[in-house]
Amino acid sequence: MDRSRRYRLRRVVGETHKGAAVRVRGLVVRYGALTAVDGLDLEVRAGTCMGILGPNGAGKTTTIEVLEGLRDPDAGEVEVLGRTWSKDPQGIRERIGVQLQETDLQRKLTVIETLRMFQSFYREKRDLGEILELVGLTEKRRARVDDLSGGQRQRLTLGCALVNRPELLFLDEPTTGLDPQARRRVWEIVEEFKRAGGTALLTTHYMEEAERLADDLVVVDRGHVVARGTPMELIASLGATGVVRYAPRAGHEAAAAAISEAEFLALPGVRSLRVGNDSRELIVHDTQAAVVSLLGLFEARGIQLEDLSTHRPTLEDVFVALTGKQLRDG
Amino acid sequence: MANHSALFELVRVRVLLFLREPEALFWVFIFPVLMAAALGFAFQGGEAPTARVRVLDGDGASALVERLSGAPGVPLELEIAPVAEEPELRRAITSGRIDVLLLPGDDLELVFDGQRPEGAAARTAVELALARTAPGAPLAEATLAPMQERGSRYVDFLLPGLLGLNLMSTGMWVIGFAVADLRQRKVLKRLLVTPMRRSSFLLSFLLARLVFLVMEVAALVLFGALVLDVPFRAGYVEFLVLTLLAAFTFAGLGLAVTSRAQTLQGASGLLNFAMLPMWLLSGVFFSYERFPEFLHPFLKLIPLSALNDALRATMLEGASLTTLLPELAILAAWAAAAFVVALTCFRWR
Ligand SMILES: Nc1ncnc2c1ncn2[C@@H]1O[C@H](COP(=O)(O)OP(=O)(O)OP(=O)(O)O)[C@@H](O)[C@H]1O
Ligand SMILES: [Mg+2]
Repeated sequence: MDRSRRYRLRRVVGETHKGAAVRVRGLVVRYGALTAVDGLDLEVRAGTCMGILGPNGAGKTTTIEVLEGLRDPDAGEVEVLGRTWSKDPQGIRERIGVQLQETDLQRKLTVIETLRMFQSFYREKRDLGEILELVGLTEKRRARVDDLSGGQRQRLTLGCALVNRPELLFLDEPTTGLDPQARRRVWEIVEEFKRAGGTALLTTHYMEEAERLADDLVVVDRGHVVARGTPMELIASLGATGVVRYAPRAGHEAAAAAISEAEFLALPGVRSLRVGNDSRELIVHDTQAAVVSLLGLFEARGIQLEDLSTHRPTLEDVFVALTGKQLRDG
Repeated sequence: MANHSALFELVRVRVLLFLREPEALFWVFIFPVLMAAALGFAFQGGEAPTARVRVLDGDGASALVERLSGAPGVPLELEIAPVAEEPELRRAITSGRIDVLLLPGDDLELVFDGQRPEGAAARTAVELALARTAPGAPLAEATLAPMQERGSRYVDFLLPGLLGLNLMSTGMWVIGFAVADLRQRKVLKRLLVTPMRRSSFLLSFLLARLVFLVMEVAALVLFGALVLDVPFRAGYVEFLVLTLLAAFTFAGLGLAVTSRAQTLQGASGLLNFAMLPMWLLSGVFFSYERFPEFLHPFLKLIPLSALNDALRATMLEGASLTTLLPELAILAAWAAAAFVVALTCFRWR
């Protein structure tokens, strides 16, 4: 008891790591012949939330697992909270909280039993009543894990990651498969953690989640970082003011498809073209000029439109421009 | 301090999880007792049943029946059967509906099935009856004294075997399965990112096992003593040392066998592969002395054989720790080997 109090004091007074909470240089991880992470650099400033975006198989989970000490890197330097896994593994484990991409709990335990077990592993122990309150499971404390909804279970795994008042929280797709309501509740918990000064590293396929939670973002593709910056910076890096999306009316698809990319790019205000399954998008730097000239082109070819819309560029657009893939498959 | 509470919590969790698994409770506590009950009643000692003898009709058939029915002290169920029924009677012997068929004549022929204990016993009974009624038979009156003493019947042989079997299968299944399940569902991986000590985790399985050991052993021993009248002559220290060591050994074997299994199916295959030979070779239902002599030294080294030998020696004969030393040493060696394998090969993910 005495020991844990001293420990807490030390933490408050601030022996905690200043500057970067995570520092990764030239990380390489191979699975046999496959190089899943290929020279990745990453730095997470203490007290901020870093979001990692990337298509399926980009190497996000692999990277996070190296940071969590679950996997040994083949090359590169990794520093977590100023420590290395080879020198002070227990020191790191005591100070991090983890939500894995896929993990299960012991289903026949109750909520409170699960939290109590996780809490018992740490020196620093946050009050369980407080945790239950934070993750909104106070009413469900005696329910079996088996009987929880998907969202409640996800909040419980988040609660398990918070029992030791971690300085650094790893969240690997914390809201995948949840409905929007449940997703928002998870966000609130993470925001609460950030307000208390915590550092978080998050992977997600939801742009809204990244925009809301992340202070900084990296976009990862094929094992290395292809872009980094704040959400605003990334969006600005597109050099576009809008995205124009159109879909031809039935019977006009062929005529629309016959227009070449060069013709589109020759239109005033258009920067680039993106072809989707049932729609096409133009990235534009002058929305008004682009829309007027686009409609003129369709008029001249006798093409009728089913739909035309414009929006301000989003992270989704940045992501697609960088990786050629949607954030989420399909 | 943190580690004590972690170990305590881990043990608590294991106990809770076990209690919440009704199927496991059945297999650990109820099934062995049911098995002991079924086998115990089926093979309960008592008077040897009256041999069912058929005499095929023909010359001297009725004289033979008369002679045998007069044999002192050998009760036989005697009937004359028509000659035409001979094939059917031979089949009846195979299926155990009758025990002996006598074909009278110059050379009396005695047909029986020596594979079945009842067949062999009936043959002896008939031969005894013939000897006693032979002209000028010397042994007119010998008393038959079937072994009825507690501790020497088949149930008495069986119960310690069942106890050993239960210690093995519970130890290996409960632990091997639980660990493989945690691994398959990546719960182990989640535990691995906490400061939880790996040794506490493995130890918690053993300690939780001990909580149930007492109940599990008591269920069978009490049932044996109260219902089947099986003697319990073991010293408490001997019995405690032996069952504790056995629990550790088989828990270790369960961990070792499944230390790398990635799926539940894989784990159950491996567990069956490890346990099936022991079911058959370790003298659970019948003594391994029945196997060829040159195999005995090897069969003795199987952990379950060692346990069964020791359990029988202590429960039935009250053997002391020093007498049990060889078996205890075999079990301890297996336990040590199992933990070395489990700790070096254990796959956390
Ligand atoms: N245990 C493994 N063995 C072999 N290959 C693996 C293993 N784990 C991952 N990979 C491969 O490594 C690559 C990176 O996988 P990783 O799980 O890091 O991707 P990710 O970015 O997290 O993807 P997702 O968004 O789908 O979760 C993939 O091509 C994957 O197939
Ligand atoms: Mg992943």
